Amino acid sequence: MTRHLARLTAAAAGAILMSAGAAIAQPKEIVIGVQCDRTGATQTVGVFFCPAVHDYTNLINSKGGVEGRKIRAMEIDHEYKVPQGMEAYERHKKEGAVSILLYGTPHTQALAAKLAEDKIPGTSPGFGSAASADGKRYPYLFPIAATYWSQAAAAVKFVKDKLGGNLKGKKIAYLFYDNPAGKEPLPILEDLAKLEGFELKTFAVPAPGVEMGAQILDITQRYRADFVIAHLFGRSPSVSIKEFKRVGFPLSKVVSFVWGSAEADLQAAGGGAVAEGYNTMQFAGVGSDYPVHKQIRDMYQKEGKPAPKEMASTVYYNRGIFHIAVHIEAVRNALKAKGANANITGEDVKNGFEKVKGITLDGLMPPLEITPADHEGGGWVQIFTVKGGKLTKSSEWFRAYPEVIKKHIEADAKKS
Amino acid sequence: MFHRESGYFKTTYAADGGLYPLPIAKWTVGVLLVGFILLPTISTVVSGAVSAEYYVSVVNLILIAVVGALGLNILVGYTGQISIGHAGFMSVGAYTAANLAVKLDLPFWITLPAGGLMAAFIGVIVGIPSLRIKGLYLAIATLAAQLIIEWVINHTPAISGGSQASIEVPRPTVLGHPLKTQRELYYFLLFFAVLSIVATLNLVRSRIGRAFVAIRDQDIAAEIIGINIFRYKLTAFAISSFYAGVTGVLYTYYLGIANYENFLITTSIDYLAMIIIGGLGSVLGSILGAIFVTLLPIVIRLFMESFGTLLFSASDLNNIIPATRLGLFGLLIIVFLVVEPEGLNRLWRNIRNYFRVWPFSY
Repeated sequence: MTRHLARLTAAAAGAILMSAGAAIAQPKEIVIGVQCDRTGATQTVGVFFCPAVHDYTNLINSKGGVEGRKIRAMEIDHEYKVPQGMEAYERHKKEGAVSILLYGTPHTQALAAKLAEDKIPGTSPGFGSAASADGKRYPYLFPIAATYWSQAAAAVKFVKDKLGGNLKGKKIAYLFYDNPAGKEPLPILEDLAKLEGFELKTFAVPAPGVEMGAQILDITQRYRADFVIAHLFGRSPSVSIKEFKRVGFPLSKVVSFVWGSAEADLQAAGGGAVAEGYNTMQFAGVGSDYPVHKQIRDMYQKEGKPAPKEMASTVYYNRGIFHIAVHIEAVRNALKAKGANANITGEDVKNGFEKVKGITLDGLMPPLEITPADHEGGGWVQIFTVKGGKLTKSSEWFRAYPEVIKKHIEADAKKS
Repeated sequence: MFHRESGYFKTTYAADGGLYPLPIAKWTVGVLLVGFILLPTISTVVSGAVSAEYYVSVVNLILIAVVGALGLNILVGYTGQISIGHAGFMSVGAYTAANLAVKLDLPFWITLPAGGLMAAFIGVIVGIPSLRIKGLYLAIATLAAQLIIEWVINHTPAISGGSQASIEVPRPTVLGHPLKTQRELYYFLLFFAVLSIVATLNLVRSRIGRAFVAIRDQDIAAEIIGINIFRYKLTAFAISSFYAGVTGVLYTYYLGIANYENFLITTSIDYLAMIIIGGLGSVLGSILGAIFVTLLPIVIRLFMESFGTLLFSASDLNNIIPATRLGLFGLLIIVFLVVEPEGLNRLWRNIRNYFRVWPFSY
C-alpha cells in the first residue's frame, strides 16, 4: 500500500503545478476575495448576490478604478461547506487578497481566528455572530451591517411605533427558525420585554422549516399576538406568509428579519399581492431605481449587452452592491493613507474599514460609520413594506436601543 | 513493477499476515515518510512561501478527511454496517474536546482522545439497533442518531456553549508553542493521519478485523464459527465512532472553532461518497477516496480558471465554474463507478497488475 502513496504524491504535485500557472497576477491590481454560494444550501441568495459584486466592481473599474488602481474581485464558490470555505480563504490569501467578503455564519466563525492571525479583514453582513461587532475583541472581523441583535432591537422599536408608542401589556410573538442563528436574538428580546413591559412568547420552527401550521395557529388563535417578529430562513419565510394568510392574520402585523425579506420569498408565497402589508427589514436599500443601477445598466449598454436579469431581485442584488462597496471604500481609504501606488496590505485595509463613513450611494447604503470599537457601523436598518405587491420604503434608516446591545456585547466579551 | 516479487517465501502465518508484504515495502514507507515530512519545505522551494501555505492547507483538509474516511470504512466497508450519522459522531467529538479545552483548559493530547472516547460511547449506543436490523433499516436508525445529536447539541447550552452554538478553541500547543500556521498544523494533522492509517492497517489484519469481515460476509455463519456478533458489531461501532470523534476534534483544532454546522448530514454523505469512490473495505481506498473527493472540486476550478476563459466571458465563467464543479463531480463519480464498481482502490490494483508483468504479459 505504501507504493501507492507515491502515486498520490505525484498526482498532488501535478495539481500543484497546474495551479502555479494560474497564480500570476498583475502587479498593480488589488485583489479582493469573494466567497460565494451559488450552488449550495443558500444558492437562492448567491445567484443574485454574487453577480452584483462583480457588476459593481466592473463599474468602479470602468470609471478608472480606485485612486487609479484596478480592483479584481476573485470569486470562489464554497457550496456553503466549511472545508471548501477554508480552502477558498487560503486560495485568496495566496492570490494576495487584501480583504475578504465572507459568506455564511459557520465560515465566518471558522475564519475568525485565522483572519486576525493573517491580518486580513473579513466582512459578514447579516450573518456571523452578533458579538463580532466588538472591534476590540475581533479586530479583523467586520459585520458592517445590523447583526441579529441590532435587528431584534430595531424590530421592537418598529413594533412600538406601530402599536402607538407604548408596548406595556402588549403581546409579541417571536417566530424563529430553530437553529443557533434563530436563537441568537433571544437575550435581547427578553431584555427589551422587561424594559418595555411587553409579553414575549417564542415559537420555534424546526428544520427544514416548511411546516409551521401549528405554531401559526398557536400565535393567532391561542396567544392572540398583537405583533409577530419573524426570523426565518430559506423556504420558511414564504411558508409563514402563506400560513398567516390562511388563518386570516393581517400581515401588516408581521415584521421579518433580513433573511425573510426578499422578492423571492414573496414570489414563493404566491406573489406580492398575497403578501400585502408584510413588513421586511433591510440592511441595504430595495429597488432598482438608485443612480448606481442606472450606471450599471449604462455600462452594460455601452458593451452592447442587456442589463443583467439578476438586477430584478433587488433585495439580494443591492446587498451585493452594499457588501462590495464597503470593501472598495476601505481600499480607497487605505490607498489614501498610503499613497495611490503603494502596496497595501490587509492591515492597511483594516484601518481603511475603520474609517468608512458617509458612503450612501444615494440612499442604497445606510449612514454607516465604522470605528475601531464598533465594527457593525451603527446597526442601521430600514423597513420596507409590501404595498400594491411591491416592496416600498416605509421608514428611514434607523437603529434602536444601542445601550442594550452594548451591554450584551460587553457581557459576551467577558464570558470568554 | 520496478522490483522483484519472487523469491520471498513465507513459512509462518505471522509472516504471511505481516504489515510489510515484501522487504522493499520498508524502504517505500521510509521514503514516503521523509517525503511527507519534507513536503512543506519542498513546496516552499518550488512555489514560494505564500503559495506553499495554500498547497499545505489543501493537504491538511485531505489529512483530516483521511482519518474520517478510515473510520467510516471500518464500519461500512469492513463490518458491513451502514451509517449515515457519522457527522453526528464527529460533532460529539468536536464539542467534547472544545468544552474540555475551554472550560477545563486541557491540552489537546487529553481532549483529543477524550473526544474520541465520548464519540465511541455515543457510537455504541447508536450501534445497538444494528444487533436487530440491517441494511436500509439500520441506515435510517443512524440517520435518526445524526438528527438527535444535532438537536441535543443545539438545545443544550451546557454543550453548545456561547452564541450561535459555537465554541472558540485555543490553538493546540506543543511544548508551549502554539500551532498557528498551516505548516505547523500540517505536522500536527500528519501525525494523527499516519497514526490512524497504521492503526487501521493493524486492526484489519488482527483477530478483530477478521471477525468484522466475517460478520460482513455472512453474520449467521460468523456466529456459527464462534464470533460473538453482539460484541464485535458494537466494537465496530465504537472504533469507527472513535475515528469520527477524532476527526471532529482535528477539525475543531484546525478551524479553531467547534460548530455543529460543520457536521451536518451533507458531511456524512460526503464521507460515504469518499469510501464508496475509494473502495469499500480497503485502507488505501479510504485514502484515495478522501483525496479524490477533497481535490476534485479544487482541480476542476483550477482547470476552469485556466482554460475556461477560452470559451466563456469572465462574468459567465463565475456562474459556470460552480455549476460545472457540481455537474462534473457527479458525472465523474458515476463514470468511476461504472468503470470500476469496486472503487479507486481496485482501479489502482488493476493498473498495478497490468504493469507487474509488463511488457511480457504472458
